[in-house]
Amino acid sequence: MTSKTIIRTEGLSKRYPGVLALNSVDFDLTPGEVHVLFGENGAGKSTLISMLAGANTPSDGTIYVGENKVGFDSVADAQSHGIYTVFQEFSLIPTLTVAQNIFLGWEPKIGPFIDHRAMRKRAKEMFDELEFDIDPSEITAHLSRAQQQMVEITKAFHGDLSVLILDEPTASLTDREVDHLFGFIETLKARGVGIVYISHRMQEFARIADRITVLRDGARIGTVTMAETDDHALVEMMTGRAISAIYPEIHKGDGDVLLRVEKLRTAGIKDCSFEIRSGEVLGIAGLVGSGKSRLFRTIMGLTTRIGGRVTLAGRDITRSTTREIIHAGVYYLSPDRKHEGLDLVKASQDNLALNPVMDRFKEKISGWVNWNAVAAKTEAVADKVELTEAYRKKLVSQLSGGNQQKVLFGKAFGQDVDIYIFDEPTVGVDIGTRAALYRLIKDLAESGKAVVVISSDLPEVMNLSHRLIVLAHGRITAELSGDEMREDQILKHFFDESGTTA
Amino acid sequence: MSDETKNKTLLDWILQVFVRVGVLPFFLAIALVVFTALSSKFLTGQNLMNVARQSVYLVLVSLGQMLVLISGGFDLSVGTAIALTSVVSATGMVWLSGVFPDAIWVAIALGAFMGFGAALLVGAINGIGVAFFDVSPFIMTLGVSSVGAGLALFLTGGVPVSGLPFAFGDMFGFGRLWGVPTPVVVAIICIAVMWVFMSRTRLGTQIYAVGGNIKAAHLAAIDTKRTLMMAYMICALIASLTGLLLTARVESGEANLGGSIALESIAACVIAGVSLRGGIGRVENVVLGGFFIVLVQNGMNLAQVSSYMQMVLLGALLILAVIFDQLRYRIIMSGR
Repeated sequence: MTSKTIIRTEGLSKRYPGVLALNSVDFDLTPGEVHVLFGENGAGKSTLISMLAGANTPSDGTIYVGENKVGFDSVADAQSHGIYTVFQEFSLIPTLTVAQNIFLGWEPKIGPFIDHRAMRKRAKEMFDELEFDIDPSEITAHLSRAQQQMVEITKAFHGDLSVLILDEPTASLTDREVDHLFGFIETLKARGVGIVYISHRMQEFARIADRITVLRDGARIGTVTMAETDDHALVEMMTGRAISAIYPEIHKGDGDVLLRVEKLRTAGIKDCSFEIRSGEVLGIAGLVGSGKSRLFRTIMGLTTRIGGRVTLAGRDITRSTTREIIHAGVYYLSPDRKHEGLDLVKASQDNLALNPVMDRFKEKISGWVNWNAVAAKTEAVADKVELTEAYRKKLVSQLSGGNQQKVLFGKAFGQDVDIYIFDEPTVGVDIGTRAALYRLIKDLAESGKAVVVISSDLPEVMNLSHRLIVLAHGRITAELSGDEMREDQILKHFFDESGTTA
Repeated sequence: MSDETKNKTLLDWILQVFVRVGVLPFFLAIALVVFTALSSKFLTGQNLMNVARQSVYLVLVSLGQMLVLISGGFDLSVGTAIALTSVVSATGMVWLSGVFPDAIWVAIALGAFMGFGAALLVGAINGIGVAFFDVSPFIMTLGVSSVGAGLALFLTGGVPVSGLPFAFGDMFGFGRLWGVPTPVVVAIICIAVMWVFMSRTRLGTQIYAVGGNIKAAHLAAIDTKRTLMMAYMICALIASLTGLLLTARVESGEANLGGSIALESIAACVIAGVSLRGGIGRVENVVLGGFFIVLVQNGMNLAQVSSYMQMVLLGALLILAVIFDQLRYRIIMSGR
């Protein structure tokens, strides 16, 4: 076994003051296998790969490449050993062309000058080989996220690739693109490249994984082959508890219409009409790029509206500003907690305090902040979202993704509104935190609020919603409820080209 | 062995102080040691009182600058606001004291308000450019500072406006209230008001929120445009107040007042731990930051460093402070 490994770690640990991020982990990868790293946020997956990738140095333990003990000084150093990593945060420069990005740092030259023609030609050849349909002379910023991911992967094909590390590669891909990526991973396997694969999507494992290593709290819980495990066993290993009761049973309320959307139009959204009712969870499903997020951003006034009408409790809010709409009782939870949601350099409780400060408490003179009242309210919200006491004073940037998401959810409870729109509420969040967030959604709906859940995670919208709207190409292609909400039904409408409005 | 552990804890302690308050305590300590060694006159009660009095103007402007920095921008036109205030209010006072020779305080008050008005206009233009047209604060305030400076020179033809009412300079330049120099009283009031403003009012919290993450603030139903406008206008207003105090001090309206104050005030803020990325900064530290800059200038004067060399050192100090700020930000973000 040992003789065949391409990369192997022994007792690998990473210590930050006060935290043991990775605790003596043994890991190995053989040629031609896909080895999945699985675990909750903060379990140590990212720490482990950052050290394999050369972005981080271990506090303890050793990394072997083949039989040789190595210590990587940098990502470039790891790359020179044939180890290439596609991180979640892309390393592409948006203003350069695709070809320039791929050849950044080792451009083909004629004398001292860059040979742009050769660069484009070779980029084209690489894309052809990988069957990626991308124009090498396109400006990178114009590409979709999925295409950017493909460019990022293409960059890996310099020199001799022996280990490819993929960190949540499918998070932003459509199903077709995922198929494509998996086909491509198969080709790599056939060539003897070892692949380390991180993902939260268990349904993918059966398709590509050979072995799975589960991490929890920085320690290795176990390594199993895909053949001898299943979802339930994996979740139990990951969380230390069973899979049941992740999705709560939500009772449906009376259903007065709170918000009515009629023939809403904007760039990428065509004549969408639907209603949001109180006491109900409305699910919004669709592929990436189907306009499901854009539709609600338009309602919130975050994107310009071209036509149509939106009425909130009888009041026309089609032309209102985002601020007016929020004050009128609609809360929008951004899918991008880092850029639109949280103030990263402030403590969790300061982030939570912002909405109570802005909320017009009736007993308070406008303009002055009553910090005692705000602190009490913040405390209550933090309790509600089950944010651990120790995290409340910590800076948000220092929290794991799951806890950041709890803080973001907490911001929604800082004021009293009637409609909660959760856009991708559990993106990149572990199962334990998910269950907690789902319980919050249940509480809201059952207390008579209207909840909208926009999600690319199909099981999530299916299990939470009472009613489900499917979008494709900016149109509503189906409105399903009850037994109609089956996976095959929904998927059919994902690709509905006709755009008949339900 | 014990020496080693002692060293370690000392280093830890230094790091902790650095992360919590920034680079200012260390700079202050170094400055005190160096200048005390260079001049025997430096560390005397008389001299420190002198520094405190001279630092009033910079402290005031730095408070305004802090607001804009916390909102995520910066204001290079504070010097222009001062010059414009000086010229406009002086012209106004001279003219009005001719019209109402018997009601000299009315003339002074009206003249002062004209100065405030001119500065508010500067702030409003900055705010409109930054908030509504998304012009980068750097270009916006740089442009406005050129416009304002040009106007101030044009209004006076480059000649100082003289003949101000005697009472004005007597009161606000050299006078004392309850035995304390008037400018110091004004500064203390301003510091108190700013402290309350930043920590107790909703607008203060909004400015922190906008600087911390403007998109998140927008989604928290904060009027980000109004908040930015207010930051620039209050900054200009405080600069204007400083302009009045300086005008009283020099007893004439001058278009070249406040020439280097933009750089100095940004340096004072950054040294005091106000983040150039916005969202972070404290009033009490900024007061100390302003005091520090003037202390260094005073120390250099006593040590007979030429004024040209002082410019070099001030610029270097600013860059050094930014480097340390960057370091501190990295430590904070990585959670060490």
